[in-house]
Amino acid sequence: MNATVLRAGFLTTVQDLGRTGFRRLGVSLGGALDAHAMRVANLLVANDENSAGLETTMGTLRLRFADERLVAWCGDQFEVRMNDGPFPAGRVARIEANEELQMTAPQSGARAWLAISGGIDAPLVLGSRSTDLRGKFGGHEGRALKEGDTLPLGRSSAHADRLAESLRETRIAEWGVHAEWAGSARRAGFLRVVQGAQRDRFSADTHRKFVLEPFVVTAQSDRMGIRLEGPPLENSDQADLVSEAVAPGTIQVPPSGNPILLLGDCQTIGGYSKIAHVITVDMPVAAQLRPGHSIRFHEVSLAEAHQLLLGREDELARFRTGMQLRA
Amino acid sequence: MEVTPLGDSALVVRLGGDDRSEGEVSIDHVLAILARLERASIPGAVEWTSAYSTIALFFDPVLVARKCGSPNAIFERLATEIRRVLRDRTECEVTSGRLVEIPVCYNRAFAFDIDDVARHTNFSADEVVRQHSEANYRVRCIGFTPGFSYLAGLPSGLATPRRQVPRTDVPAGSIAIGGNQTGIYPSTSPGGWNVIGRTPLRLFDASRQPPALLVAGDRVSFRAISRDEFEQFPA
Repeated sequence: MNATVLRAGFLTTVQDLGRTGFRRLGVSLGGALDAHAMRVANLLVANDENSAGLETTMGTLRLRFADERLVAWCGDQFEVRMNDGPFPAGRVARIEANEELQMTAPQSGARAWLAISGGIDAPLVLGSRSTDLRGKFGGHEGRALKEGDTLPLGRSSAHADRLAESLRETRIAEWGVHAEWAGSARRAGFLRVVQGAQRDRFSADTHRKFVLEPFVVTAQSDRMGIRLEGPPLENSDQADLVSEAVAPGTIQVPPSGNPILLLGDCQTIGGYSKIAHVITVDMPVAAQLRPGHSIRFHEVSLAEAHQLLLGREDELARFRTGMQLRA
Repeated sequence: MEVTPLGDSALVVRLGGDDRSEGEVSIDHVLAILARLERASIPGAVEWTSAYSTIALFFDPVLVARKCGSPNAIFERLATEIRRVLRDRTECEVTSGRLVEIPVCYNRAFAFDIDDVARHTNFSADEVVRQHSEANYRVRCIGFTPGFSYLAGLPSGLATPRRQVPRTDVPAGSIAIGGNQTGIYPSTSPGGWNVIGRTPLRLFDASRQPPALLVAGDRVSFRAISRDEFEQFPA
């Protein structure tokens, strides 16, 4: 069965946890920019964590479902309605055949991730269902959704069917994930970073500016990266670097001195000096940055970055077990 | 050789001492080491990739911790393991690269920037074409966009700096010169290199197996074709 796109919003794409194994051919990781939100939403609807869902950015997304499904979403403060009733983030709900779900982004745009039980059954391209917008492949016909699109949905798991049964009356579960995972509380204002691969190319003074002064998100920002403006970060060594690998989270500094924070759709290699890298657990914060937002950087050790990630993973494992015990 | 972190989920192995030593590390050496590292099944490794004189490992810190039975010193464990693998000098057999011939139409309809290249190099446009199509190239790296091939081997006299103002739409298949490299745009995309021709071949197709026409290490030669041959090329 399927879901019909009645309104597509400005940029809604099919995404799973990304495409690995083809970086050597120049293929980006891609995937949900907040992979954690996508995993949590998938777990809420009893999907595999890597099932394909939707990432929506601006405007209003409206879907009509052809059969009964579980739905859940995580992300920024969207106004989400199911059958004209409010549907909060971080909860699982049962939507019936021919019912509609509407997600409206805040005025300035932000991101939210929607999981549907059974997942979006887009074809696997190079091992992933994620949309590669630059390569124009994967997801739904290699592009952002349009009004009138029909999204094929996979089969719900037996677990999802039992959960749906338990939501026969209430429709929206009274339980859910905590606010930080649901996403509405994520406005930290700072991003934690580890040292960059070319940190020695910047003077001590530049490093001080980098962690002490705020940077503002400019309008030239997309799924590839966020261009920031702040105190110019001078490379003490102006020579071009021979291109080498970059990754989502890399903060590279072109000669202009204005840093670029790379996101999931970033190119695979780059020749600019890397001053720092945002740690994995803070990429969800980066995924919600939008023009005009101000952000500061706070340096942590690599060991701390790994501890935070392992801690979150343990918490996710407990949540997974908890979900299995429900219904 | 140096191993440095690239954020908390990746690292870079630098094979040259200096990060500007392009050319010093041969592509065969890089690929031999890449093959050896890949075969070593390092715990938590997700994917390996190479670029010029570096190799990158993308890893899952959670898997590394699980497989090593310890949440501590994740990066150090990987770096130690990589150094151990590289100390073992048993040679890996590495293919010296397939030879791939790429038909190119240097017709002016496609060669938007050939006059700029001619002016910069003090050659006639015909001489630019002759030198470009007679040289032998090697794929150093694929990146930027899916399938974009960076080729080494451009005759030094043809080196031309990138355009001051990048084009917003360089057509798919465009052959271009950027600095001392030549490259092929696999899909229509923005780009700052000087476009001097176009190939009718599809460099990258995600639905094809393998998806990319070229891989790092391949040897490439260009064969000049006419506009008619270009138009009649089987899609």
